Amino acid sequence: MSELLIKNVVITDGSKVDIRIQDDRIIAVGPNLAGEGETIDCSGLMALPGFVDLHTHLREPGKENAETVLTGSQSAVRGGYTAVSAMPNTNPVADTAGVVEQVWRLGKSAGICDVYPIGAVSAGLNGEHLAEIGAMADSAARVRIFSDDGKCVSDPLLMRRALEYVKIFDGVIAQHAQEPRLTINSQMNEGIVASELGLTGWPAIAEESIIARDILLAETVKSRLHICHVSTKGSVELIRWAKAKGIAVTAEVTPHHLILTDELARGYDPIYKVNPPLRTSDDVIALRAGLADGTIDIVATDHAPHPAEDKDCEWASAAFGMVGLETAFGVVVTTMIETGLMDWDRLVQVMSINPAQIAGYGDQGRSLTAGNIANITLVDPKRVWQVDRESLVSRSSNTPFHGSTLTGAVVHTIYRGALVLKDQKLNGGGNVSNG
Amino acid sequence: MKHLLSINDLTASEAISILDTAAQLENLTSGTVKKLPTLRGRTVVNLFFEDSTRTRLSFDAAAKRLSADVTNFAAKGSSVSKGESLKDTAQTLQAMGADAIVIRHSASGAAKRLAESGWVSSSIINAGDGTHEHPTQALLDAFTIRKHFGPTRTDFVGLKVAIVGDIVHSRVARSNVLLLKKLGADVTVIAPPTLIPYGIENWGVAHSFNLDDELESFDVVMMLRVQLERMNEAYFPNGREYSRGYGLDEVRLGRLKQDAIVMHPGPMNRGLEISAASADSVRSVVLEQVSNGVLVRMAVLYQLLAGADQVSTGGLL
Repeated sequence: MSELLIKNVVITDGSKVDIRIQDDRIIAVGPNLAGEGETIDCSGLMALPGFVDLHTHLREPGKENAETVLTGSQSAVRGGYTAVSAMPNTNPVADTAGVVEQVWRLGKSAGICDVYPIGAVSAGLNGEHLAEIGAMADSAARVRIFSDDGKCVSDPLLMRRALEYVKIFDGVIAQHAQEPRLTINSQMNEGIVASELGLTGWPAIAEESIIARDILLAETVKSRLHICHVSTKGSVELIRWAKAKGIAVTAEVTPHHLILTDELARGYDPIYKVNPPLRTSDDVIALRAGLADGTIDIVATDHAPHPAEDKDCEWASAAFGMVGLETAFGVVVTTMIETGLMDWDRLVQVMSINPAQIAGYGDQGRSLTAGNIANITLVDPKRVWQVDRESLVSRSSNTPFHGSTLTGAVVHTIYRGALVLKDQKLNGGGNVSNG
Repeated sequence: MKHLLSINDLTASEAISILDTAAQLENLTSGTVKKLPTLRGRTVVNLFFEDSTRTRLSFDAAAKRLSADVTNFAAKGSSVSKGESLKDTAQTLQAMGADAIVIRHSASGAAKRLAESGWVSSSIINAGDGTHEHPTQALLDAFTIRKHFGPTRTDFVGLKVAIVGDIVHSRVARSNVLLLKKLGADVTVIAPPTLIPYGIENWGVAHSFNLDDELESFDVVMMLRVQLERMNEAYFPNGREYSRGYGLDEVRLGRLKQDAIVMHPGPMNRGLEISAASADSVRSVVLEQVSNGVLVRMAVLYQLLAGADQVSTGGLL
């Protein structure tokens, strides 16, 4: 039996408490608690339910030079996440029970946060035939989210069937909304900047037309649709409309789409090349409003590690994507809390409670009350810090925020009762065995 | 000036200074001796990742007439086809002592990336990057226009220029729009809506879908090469229909102002965007553009490698 005592921490209602943890559970929350094990003084810090990411590229198997399940888990813990969801666009693709179970086991073996595999919708991400969705759902990994992320399930019939099929086990299809014919060779947001730079545009309607179609499909077949990385103002409006009609659609926004715009492409530095592309400031404002008012349910990182050589080249040859696990909290505080758009309860919803609910991760997104599993992130809500790509825990350093100043820092992470991040340093496995 | 990556790198007076230098170089090399010793001992690398005959030959001739050593590197048959990156290729060339790298690349921004990534310290000259810019083409076009409409003028105020054709994919159009505007010309781009760039309203130029509307009003008509492959991407139905709407045929040629000039960056698709009669007419300055190209590229190499102070003292030798 191990114990951990968190002293003098503020919770979202503003009160200051102690939290006593025994093994993997919270056993008491209140003033002046005493305990027998390690005590951490958290004066000035805030305790939040551990963050849950529904959109993470861990790259293993296949691209272990970019990230592994272990290094990705470490990056997650550094960012305050106690659960991540591994996208299936690996090599081999996670389209069978075998591959999702491999990722699942690697996550268990890393043992510092929950790693839930997402299964492919179509075999090989080819968009032609359904992957073995039922087998993945029944596997040890208990997959509930399916996505061809990186590619769009563009065939309306396949999308319809996938939405219908996952109703067997109350699954959800997470769509990467990108009409492929409208985005042939697209490099960045279609707009004034792309036009001046001579980079092929990526129109907002390529995203919006798929979202509109899928909303109607989800309504027709009465299944659950989740929209990945919403990036345009028009998408927010469509989702708002769908929710008003009672259609079962949820949506995510990435931290980078809450703060960065296509103006950053002007230097042709592919660190800003991402799918979906950075949009305009109008879109950023609409995304922030959508996240604040509940149209967008969650923040998801789309953490997309790439080795240096995949970004150290000309724009057209570079890979799409940015790492995000370790900067997500700072970006959300900077864009949503510091601006007064959102309060801390809403932050907890979008970073922990809602993603856990959408995915059905039972031990995640729980309130900090006695009896619940101790997945806790301790943050300094006012700490101002500068992002340094050299100090990222991720195996890759393709962050667009290098040198940027953010407000809000993750200080400690507790995963199932174990202090896996202590004073911003990885801290072994605690009471979770590492094998 | 260390690099020439975009027309945006130049002020109007810097652009005019390049044109003045080109004019001086023309005087100096118009006799029997065509070669100047100015860049003796300097190495210019032509790094061409895309097929190009005239631009590469033009830079080659320009560097040689200034007595620079020239190395030509074409991507085909080189290690690039074995997967060597732009970075490695450029660093290899720098290690061989390149003072200037003239780069043509299919990726927009490749020249800027080479100049600003810290990979190499050579001067970089953009000889065409994807669908972005081709600044020396715009400079040679301005030089050609100036010769016809006032060899000593320092702006193009009052000149009406039409740029006709595939604007959206044209680096020539982008650089020309920027430079012509900088010099005060009145620019209209003319193309079917599918080939007009997004947000053209922000470019500070007029645009039209109809070539016949104001044909009589232009001093300069610049025709752009149209790639027939665009037809397969649904930009226009076929060559015949394109030609009917946007080709410079004899009838349209006949409607031009008396002293109007017809330009084309080459290579021309005779019978598509320009008829043979228009291409070969007295109004056509296509071959002048080619000779002016060498002079303007000499001027650019000179200004980048020999230093601008020598220009002000007139010390070309």
